[in-house]
Amino acid sequence: MTAAAPSRDTQLHPLSRRVMHWTNALAILVMIASGWRIYDYYPALPLNFGFPYYLTLGGDTTVTEAINNEDGLANALAWHFGAMWVLVLNLLLYVAVGITSGHFRRDFLPLAPRDVLRDFTAALRFKLDHRLGEYNAVQKLFYWGVLAAILVTILSGLSIWKPAQLKELTWLFGGYEFARVVHFFGMAAIVGFLVIHIALTLLVPKTLVAMILGRVSNPPHSQKGERR
Amino acid sequence: MIRPSLERNRLAHAIERRVFLNRTLSLGALTLLTGCDITDQDEVQSVLKWMSRWNDRAQALLFRRDALAPTFAEKDVVHDFRYNAFFPAADAPVLTAADYHLELSGLIENKRPWSIDELHALPQQSQITRHVCVEGWSMIGKWGGARFAAFLQRVGADLSAKYVGFQCADGYYGSIDMATALHPQTIMAFTFADETLPVKFGYPFKMRIPTKLGFKNPKWVTTIYVTNRMPGGFWEDRGYNWFSGS
Repeated sequence: MTAAAPSRDTQLHPLSRRVMHWTNALAILVMIASGWRIYDYYPALPLNFGFPYYLTLGGDTTVTEAINNEDGLANALAWHFGAMWVLVLNLLLYVAVGITSGHFRRDFLPLAPRDVLRDFTAALRFKLDHRLGEYNAVQKLFYWGVLAAILVTILSGLSIWKPAQLKELTWLFGGYEFARVVHFFGMAAIVGFLVIHIALTLLVPKTLVAMILGRVSNPPHSQKGERR
Repeated sequence: MIRPSLERNRLAHAIERRVFLNRTLSLGALTLLTGCDITDQDEVQSVLKWMSRWNDRAQALLFRRDALAPTFAEKDVVHDFRYNAFFPAADAPVLTAADYHLELSGLIENKRPWSIDELHALPQQSQITRHVCVEGWSMIGKWGGARFAAFLQRVGADLSAKYVGFQCADGYYGSIDMATALHPQTIMAFTFADETLPVKFGYPFKMRIPTKLGFKNPKWVTTIYVTNRMPGGFWEDRGYNWFSGS
């Protein structure tokens, strides 16, 4: 083991990144839960499928019925179009900081297909070690993937929100009806990412500590460190 | 006359609101006890309302006065069009040409009521556009009627006022911003799919505003008024976003 090894096995998250991460997490959860309620009112897919009511956001329908004589869609929409601003502004800030600070270049690049294949097969054989502070190629691909999914979901969402004012965008997504389908699958991709993201966090809980406290290290001469 | 009915409506509304408020308080307490959904808390509701006002302003900025909503071909028109209101189609108000008069009120110079024949005599235009419902469904339909901007000009409406409000025979009410009222595709629709507008779709006329969501297109309109005081609307007063542009 070289002297440099311990310092490399450290995960650092500056305060700005942590704040943006949790802001994003909250906004995404609100968008998903309220979006599920909205979906249930008129499903975009021709399937006999709806999201269970208790997983959706928009208030207790008996209460909204009593307050507003309305069975809960208005609330879900209010949540959705409120959280949308938080999501978009936070994301723009994150991308701006990510580019200017070098976070994207340092942590998400380079990304070669060969490395992805290598790390992916290693992961399947449970031979892929997690080194704190350094993302493997599969991880990098995942972060780019979820960023792309969020972008597509936001853009298709805008085209559903404004099929007249942003008709060029709506046209790009194949028209109003198809844009709803795109929006749904964008959400599904984000949910898919979340499932894996959270599962891996549970496997390596220190990453969660780092995203809360800002810094976490593996002990310099740990078993894991030796194996590398 | 419109005045008394507006007044009545407002009073009924105030009472309704008070009743709801009382229920809110008791239900709010119940919610706290049962640890129910956060959405129903008053603080959360006021933040959501504030965001909705913000979205009204954002949408007004996004609104392009001369940009047309997408139009479609005859073959895209849905003929089995969906009926949508807060009551069944059988209960739709039946207005007769002989008795009907469109009342005008507010910041309008010439408040003389209009008969159906007079309305039909206005220059007509038609459009094939997508009706987008706030619930998510949409349908392409064909509507024909008079350009609303021309009508407003004709009756000497104050075009610098902020809002145009509508009262309907079924008790429904709504309002739109003046910019949308003057949009070239905003029409008083007298026909649907080249036929006289059916009773269930708003005979004698409905507002057809393809730059707004469906619920901003009132049917069975009996009164039009121009005002600078935000009139709200039936669904808007039940938590839906006021601008609701598309």
